[in-house]
Amino acid sequence: MELVCPAGNISMLKTAVDNGADAVYIGFKDDTNARHFAGLNFNDGTAQKAVDYANDRGSKVYVAINTYPQPAGWSRWQKAVDVAADIGIDALIVADTGVLAYATEKHPHLARHLSVQGSATNAEALRFYKQQFDIRRAVIPRVLSMAQVKRLAEDSEVDLEVFGFGSLCVMVEGRCLLSSYATGESPNTCGACSPAKAVRWVETDNGTECRLNEVLIDRFAVGEKAGYPVVCKGRFNVDGHTYHALEEPTSLNTLELLPELLAAGVKAIKIEGRQRSTAYVGKVTRVWREAIDSCQMNPEAYSAKPQWMQDLASVSEGTQTTLGAYNRPWQ
Amino acid sequence: MRLSLGAIQYLWPHQTVEEFYQIHANSPVDVIYLGETVCAKRRQVKISEWIDLAKELAKSGKQVVLSTLTLTEARSDMAGVTRLCHNGDFLVEASDMGAVQLMADQSLPFVGGPSLNIYNAHTLKLLHKQGLTRWVMPVELNAETLKDILADAEAMGIGDKIETEVFSFGHMPLAYSARCFTARFRHLAKDDCQFVCQDYPEGLAMDSQEGQAFFTINGIQTQSGRIQHLLPHWQEMQQIGVDIMRLSPQPDHMADVIGRYAQVIHGQSTETDIKLWLNASACDGYWCGQPGMDYIAVDG
Repeated sequence: MELVCPAGNISMLKTAVDNGADAVYIGFKDDTNARHFAGLNFNDGTAQKAVDYANDRGSKVYVAINTYPQPAGWSRWQKAVDVAADIGIDALIVADTGVLAYATEKHPHLARHLSVQGSATNAEALRFYKQQFDIRRAVIPRVLSMAQVKRLAEDSEVDLEVFGFGSLCVMVEGRCLLSSYATGESPNTCGACSPAKAVRWVETDNGTECRLNEVLIDRFAVGEKAGYPVVCKGRFNVDGHTYHALEEPTSLNTLELLPELLAAGVKAIKIEGRQRSTAYVGKVTRVWREAIDSCQMNPEAYSAKPQWMQDLASVSEGTQTTLGAYNRPWQ
Repeated sequence: MRLSLGAIQYLWPHQTVEEFYQIHANSPVDVIYLGETVCAKRRQVKISEWIDLAKELAKSGKQVVLSTLTLTEARSDMAGVTRLCHNGDFLVEASDMGAVQLMADQSLPFVGGPSLNIYNAHTLKLLHKQGLTRWVMPVELNAETLKDILADAEAMGIGDKIETEVFSFGHMPLAYSARCFTARFRHLAKDDCQFVCQDYPEGLAMDSQEGQAFFTINGIQTQSGRIQHLLPHWQEMQQIGVDIMRLSPQPDHMADVIGRYAQVIHGQSTETDIKLWLNASACDGYWCGQPGMDYIAVDG
C-alpha cells in the first residue's frame, strides 16, 4: 500500500520524502490544478528539483492537472502535461476527459491516474476511463462508505487510491459548483473553492462576520474560533433554524480503517493538504508511514495508537475528526 | 429553438408525477426527460414505471429521454442505471461516465447530462465517438465559453453532429453529496430518512443569516437559491447555436412558465417576465460570466 503525500512547495516535498512518503503529489503555479492558491505550487524549475530529490531517495512524484480547461485556456493544460512529461514525473493525476485524451495520445508511456475530481464512483465509470485512457489508478471520491469502497475494489480492475486524512469535502468532488454560484470561481473552472479574494471579514459589536462576495457565510461570537468561510461550512438559516445546514467544519481520518482498506485491496492512501504547512506534512507523513508499516506487517494485531491519533488531532482543521462517509453502516 | 422539460428533481408522490405528465403531454415542449436523477433511495416511481410512462408520453409525439442517477454509490444504484440504459426503446441522458460506458457498450446514442463535466470540445469529441448526440452544458459555463466550444467543435468537424442544450429555467443543480441535508434538517439519519424530502416539493430554502436566499436543499442535492431564468437571452442563445432550452419542473405554475417561454421563442410575444410564477428571485449570472446568483438581464 502506497502512501501519497501533498506538497505545495519544495520544502514540503522534501519533508514528505524524508518522512517516508512513497509518492508526493504537486501542482503547477496556475489554474491547471485544484489548489490554485497564491504563493503555492511549483514552476518548471522547482518541479524538476522536486522530481530529482524524490527520485534520488526512491520516492515518486505525481503531478495533479485536475481542473477542467475551457477553450480559452486549453493551451495551458497542454503545456502543463508536456512540462510534466519532460521533467520525468511518475504519473499524471487528471480529471478532464479532453486532457486525458491529449496525454494518452502525446505521452502514451506516462502513467495516468484519474483524479478525485473526475468523480468516478462506480465500476462502469472506471471501465470507461480504463478503456479510453488505460488509467493505472483512480482516486475515489470521499462520499463512498467502506463497504462501497470494498465492492468497487472487487468490481474494478483499476487500482484504487482513497483519501486517508485531511479536510473533508462533503460534496462529491468534481461536481460541486457552490463556490462559482457565489463567487464566479469553482474548483472545476479555476482550481479554487471560496477564493480568498472574495472573502471579507467584518468586525462588529457582536463578533466577527465573514462574507463571501458579500453573502454572510457565518457570524462568530467574541472568543469563538472562526474558520475560513468555505461556502458549505457556514451557518445558514433553514425554516427559522440557524445551524451548519450542510457541513460542520471537520476533517477526515481513516487511520482506524487501515486494516479494512488493506484487506479490500486499496492500493494507495492519499493525504490531503497541499495548502497546509511543512510541519503538517511532516507530522502526518510520519504517523501514516508508521501506521501503514505496522498494518502491513501484522494486520490482525494492528490498532491505531493513541499517540498517532493525538498527533493527527493536533493538525486537524475544525474541532473534531471523523471517519467521514467511510463508516456508514447501512451500505 | 426547441424546449425541453428536464427530469423532476424533487420527490413528488407517485400520483402527482402522473398528473404532472398528463398535463404536460400536451404542453408546447418538444422533449421530455424522465427519471430519478438525485437520490437512489427514492423509488416511489419504479424504474419499470418510468419506462411505462415514457411509452405513454411518446404517443403524444414528444421525444422522450430517460435520465440516469447522477451520483451512484452502491451496486444496487448501478443496477438501476443499467436497467435504464438497457431499456431498448428510448434515448438515455447519461448523468455519469458509468452510464456513458453502458451506452457505448451497446453502440447506442445518448445525451450527455449537465453533470458529465464537458468543459471543452476535446471532451465533446471523445464522447461523440462513444455515441453522444446531444449535450447539456455544465450550468456554470457562460455564453462566451459556449461560443468557443462550439467553434472548436465546428473546426473538429463535429459541429453539426451534436445538439446543444442549456439549463434555462429552474433551481440549478449545484452539488451532490453522500449525506442527506433534508434528513439532517429533520434530525433523521439518512438510512431512516422516512422520505421527508417529499414534504418539500420545491426543496427547502437555505438562506444567509441576513435572510438572503442562497441555496435550496433537496435531499443529497444542493440547488441554487435563486431560479435560473434565461428567456431574456434566448436570441443570443440561438445565435450561438443552442438548440434546446431546458426547463426544470417546479410544482406550481409550470404550465404558465412553459407557455411564456414558448410564446417568446415562437415570436408571439416579447414579454419575458415570469416573476409572478416564481417562489424565489431569478438569476442568470452564470450565462453572463458572473457569479451564478447574479441577475443581469432586464425583462421586457
